Amino acid sequence: MLARRIIPCLDVRDGQVVKGTQFRDHEVVGDIIELAQRYRDEGADELVFYDITASSDGRTVSTDWVTRVARVLDIPFCVAGGIRSLAGAREILHGGADKISINSPALENPALITELATEFGSQCVVVGIDSRQEAGDYFVKQYTGDPNKTQATRWRTIDWAREAQKLGAGEVVLNCMNQDGMRQGYDLTQLKLVRAVLTVPLVASGGAGTIAHFHDVFRLGGVDGALAASVFHKGTIKIPVLKQQLIADSISIRP
Amino acid sequence: MLAIVDSGGANIASVRFALERLGIHSELTADPAVIRAAERVILPGVGSAVEGMKRLQAKGLVDCVRGLTQPVLGVCLGMQLLFEASAEGNTPTLGIIPGHVALLPDSPGITVPHMGWNTLTTGREVGLLDGIESDARFYFVHSFAAPVNAFTQASCQHGTPFAAIVQRGNFSGCQFHPERSGAAGARLLQNFVEGRV
Repeated sequence: MLARRIIPCLDVRDGQVVKGTQFRDHEVVGDIIELAQRYRDEGADELVFYDITASSDGRTVSTDWVTRVARVLDIPFCVAGGIRSLAGAREILHGGADKISINSPALENPALITELATEFGSQCVVVGIDSRQEAGDYFVKQYTGDPNKTQATRWRTIDWAREAQKLGAGEVVLNCMNQDGMRQGYDLTQLKLVRAVLTVPLVASGGAGTIAHFHDVFRLGGVDGALAASVFHKGTIKIPVLKQQLIADSISIRP
Repeated sequence: MLAIVDSGGANIASVRFALERLGIHSELTADPAVIRAAERVILPGVGSAVEGMKRLQAKGLVDCVRGLTQPVLGVCLGMQLLFEASAEGNTPTLGIIPGHVALLPDSPGITVPHMGWNTLTTGREVGLLDGIESDARFYFVHSFAAPVNAFTQASCQHGTPFAAIVQRGNFSGCQFHPERSGAAGARLLQNFVEGRV
């Protein structure tokens, strides 16, 4: 049986891993390669690297560190941030990344999802959605890497998730912005809504604070993977302990 | 010398890096003469079957790959191309192993692409799995899959069963990515390089 995935997320700025609260106030947490190796050794199932400045600055990801990561990792990893063309995606995938994740550029140009899926296959095209709860519904935000540039979009989250899948996304990562960095648990209500309209894998992001939150997001949210950053970077949750507990709870997990 | 067929696909770098970690030198090449002369050949590939075949055709590698007599390992799309045809774009493929590659059906609780770590089922001794625990997990990421048939050495289940390791003569293939499957995947690559197929 397919295992649910535990996915540490490393936000990258200027070649270092950083973490902020609610997408703001970033502090440096460590070196990319060191952290990548640490998470691999601890049993992470996959890693996501978000170049958080690339998209809002109109820059693309530097492929230099992508190749350095690909050399040391023997687990899959996904690169996100500022990928806005076939050429940019090709560079990262040829650099050794397994998947690319697009967020703001997909909103600017939804056809990009289809172009990438046609060229590389849906299985390596992830669409990241930054979603905020407002007035009883969920809406997609753009350029969230920089609070001064963050914008509303015309999309309801559920509609954009459906559209992204239709255009060829092979996976959706739903970043629930209200929960991000708060460690109060994943947004199960929202995740269940999005899960119900997708047939591709869904990865939950934003809100992990305890082992019970992971249990709930797999059992109740029905997601394929759970992404988290600060609890792993700060050592609040150790991946081996987390995995042992989830296995004890009869959740399908790679030991 | 181990040749990695430069099919222009996306996971070529990761296969080469995985071999590097094992201390194995490989050469990435699209030169039929170099490929034919290699001791072993890996046919990697990520992307659609149509694009994969187009790239092999454009580089004049279709007959070269079909005619190889040394051990060959197809990885992911590289394995699927060993079969007769793929429903992905309704394209004829290399036709080395009988069977047609088809889309994995999704259903509640079964998401497609099949993405993540899964276990294998095998009813016999498999050289490529030598020294690997029977409950080891491998990393899969694919939407299309090959049928379980007489050439299946190990299968995997995601809603329906499908071929995870295949072999016919000197041609082997794995649907999962050994280069991204931790210690188990590294051991599989080592088995291939050391002739345990």
